Amino acid sequence: MKDCLQFIQKRSAGSQVAQSVLAEAVERFGIGWKQCEVMALEHGLLPGRYQRNAKMLDVSQQLRLQQSTVAVVGCGGLGGYVLEELARLGVGHIIAIDPDRFEEHNLNRQLLCLPENLGQSKALVAAERLASVNPALCVQAYCTALDADNAAQLLEGADIAVDALDSIEARRALGGGCQKLGIPMVHGAIAGWFGQVSTLYPESQMLERLYGSSDGGKGVETELGNPSFTPALVASLQVVLLGDSLPGVG
Amino acid sequence: MNITLKLFATFRQDRFKIEQRDYPDSILIRDIVAELGIELEACGIIMVNGRHALPEAPLKNDDTLSLFPKVGGG
Repeated sequence: MKDCLQFIQKRSAGSQVAQSVLAEAVERFGIGWKQCEVMALEHGLLPGRYQRNAKMLDVSQQLRLQQSTVAVVGCGGLGGYVLEELARLGVGHIIAIDPDRFEEHNLNRQLLCLPENLGQSKALVAAERLASVNPALCVQAYCTALDADNAAQLLEGADIAVDALDSIEARRALGGGCQKLGIPMVHGAIAGWFGQVSTLYPESQMLERLYGSSDGGKGVETELGNPSFTPALVASLQVVLLGDSLPGVG
Repeated sequence: MNITLKLFATFRQDRFKIEQRDYPDSILIRDIVAELGIELEACGIIMVNGRHALPEAPLKNDDTLSLFPKVGGG
């Protein structure tokens, strides 16, 4: 391990270390990408892929992101963009949850949905995409519907959850799971030209306020549809709120 | 008293985006929602002057009441 650190330090340029150096270290010393990136960050070296983050996040914040676990519940319209942005931002561990498979009507807006992966599991496609975007990211993918019974189990280990769901009932289950684990949840929802975002802390009753007496089901998105730009915007705002809520980052 | 009403998403259909109306001082948010022909259960976010408010809350002159339906897509 010491050899690996020396290898990285010797080849660093100032306070940055290039992706190619980390790749060589991974190969030469047989350690994982994540471990290699953590080692660099712990010793004040910023992996080159994050250099454009550096004016907004210092090395300790980047390390904290790498050591964070984020559960993204729903890998569709909101989830696709949230996952992409988290992977590029440098979150180190993502739990991606979605029971559905891609369908043709997802093609207008869901970043992960391509003609060639119609019929494939959204969570598994997400895992594949994330691995190709950032090798230092560890992904757990669950092709499971999060419900009141399994929520806490699926979310276990997460520092924060992202609500990228498309049903009110599932949101309630997610809210319950987050409350049980005492973690915040970044809520997002869209319909047509409209969207909403909010960080919901476990003690808040905001989910009840937002959806109160709804007997499950959907909101006005069934009338207004979902274009391509609304999920991209709302998902990006969710990532901003998420960063703000992570201790040591925001 | 003068209240500015702002409606969003489907609440605008067959109504308006923004309108100013005059109400008696005793009016509650839920009364205005009923007057607009909107079911209280259909409301998601209710805001007065940009902050969350409960349906039972009173209003004061020159307040802005914003009503959003439940939004659930993702």
